[in-house]
Amino acid sequence: MKLSVQSLTKIFLHSHRESTPALRNISFDVKAGEFICLLGPSGCGKSTLLHLIAGLEKADSGRILVDNQEITGPGRNRVLIFQEPALFPWLNVMDNVAFGLNCAGVPKKDQTKKVLEYLRMVGLSSFREAYTHELSGGMKQRVALARALALEPDILLMDEPFAALDAQTRDMLHTEMQEIWQKTGTTILFVTHNVREAFVLGDRVLLLSARPGRLKKEFRCVLPRPRHIEDFALVEAVREVLEDLREEVLAANQKDLDHEELAD
Amino acid sequence: MKNWLIRIGFFVLLIFIWEVVVRLEIWPSYIFPSFTSVMTSTWHGFSDGSYPLAILVSLRRLAMGYGISLLLGITLGLFVGRIPIVQKTVGSVILGLQALPSVCWLPLALLWFGLSEKAIIFVVIMGAVLSISLSTADGIHNTPPLFLQAAKTMGAAGFQLYSRVILPAALPSIVSGMKLGWSFAWRSLMAGELLYYGGMASLGHLLTMGRELNDMAQVISVMLIIVLIGLLVDFLVFAPVESRIRERWGLETSR
Repeated sequence: MKLSVQSLTKIFLHSHRESTPALRNISFDVKAGEFICLLGPSGCGKSTLLHLIAGLEKADSGRILVDNQEITGPGRNRVLIFQEPALFPWLNVMDNVAFGLNCAGVPKKDQTKKVLEYLRMVGLSSFREAYTHELSGGMKQRVALARALALEPDILLMDEPFAALDAQTRDMLHTEMQEIWQKTGTTILFVTHNVREAFVLGDRVLLLSARPGRLKKEFRCVLPRPRHIEDFALVEAVREVLEDLREEVLAANQKDLDHEELAD
Repeated sequence: MKNWLIRIGFFVLLIFIWEVVVRLEIWPSYIFPSFTSVMTSTWHGFSDGSYPLAILVSLRRLAMGYGISLLLGITLGLFVGRIPIVQKTVGSVILGLQALPSVCWLPLALLWFGLSEKAIIFVVIMGAVLSISLSTADGIHNTPPLFLQAAKTMGAAGFQLYSRVILPAALPSIVSGMKLGWSFAWRSLMAGELLYYGGMASLGHLLTMGRELNDMAQVISVMLIIVLIGLLVDFLVFAPVESRIRERWGLETSR
């Protein structure tokens, strides 16, 4: 098993001793090379889950194992890509992509080789000298992808990376993402609240329930790749899931309402 | 281009009015000298070597004081910006000391360092170091958490986070602190030199001398030189660096 999440719970403490459980008792396993999508309504703790796996936050209970080793902090074998590209504006595209390799002390020559290889993979070879303020949103997210891939992580964690992009760019990146995954064989955990996106990309889709996040259901998607967001079969497959998710969204809203009534 | 013309035209007009008022002879020339006599005085100052020497003396003191301020200020700012307890303690002292005009340190400095130019350099440091460290602390405190998370997930840790993320991210703030520090340093230097000779003929000393000799033409010509040096450094060094950094960091769209 590449990744094993075991009874993970995370509680956020607020002021005046109030706390919100973000995740409750989540367990799942991921095999090497799988493309997993974590799907859930907003506020279900799916981003938190990725941050925990990335080692950027600590769980309140439960364990995360990568290759049967419990993780204790961030590590280069699990790289997280954020909704915002989070590129460093003081570095050009090449140096941004080289950042992780540079920190690890990889020799300059090998760095350049890797950087060029992955820039080519995301189709940005000709922009290697550009600075971030010269790039479009889609290009920035491609650089962020190349930057993560250059580290050749075992697990790529993606936190709604395409949510801020326009529909056309997103469609293109869906196709590219599937190609890159097939080429690299990386294990991918992709968080989204977009049901169709989840089914376009994932081998398996894990549905999380609303606050606190719990694993509610698991779907397999066996449609042939490359999939496209408007494929008929895909749209059909998504319909069933949408019903499930709608209940969840309603449940979440209901909880918010209850909360407000209590506050009054 | 048109703005430049308007500005130059305005200065020409100003000088013309100045000359006319002087020729009306309302005030004696030792109180209100003419533009031409100020220019003559400037010419003399440069040809007899006293101005270049004074400029060098002042700039040398400035370079020393400002250099030390940069080192101290940025280091201090790093601690204040990064360590909450230091921010609560040292940070508030820095904030409080800002209320004190730096030249007020001169009496103390003269006692501590004796009658030497060290006292003046100390005043320059006290003028510049506070604003540099405050801006640095501010920039470091406001490092976007996302940058840190991104760097951590890519394996950066410990010192690398400082050298590769926190400091570069704070650079726009640090540079604006440097700019502010420069102008404070320049003011403090002039105040210090006006009040204390310091063993060498400096720009501030030329001002004092002009007053003692009732040579208002010299006083005004030295004042103009002080303004000019201040503007030149701002215009040639800080403005281009600042606008370039702001553009690249995405803080403003290119003009």
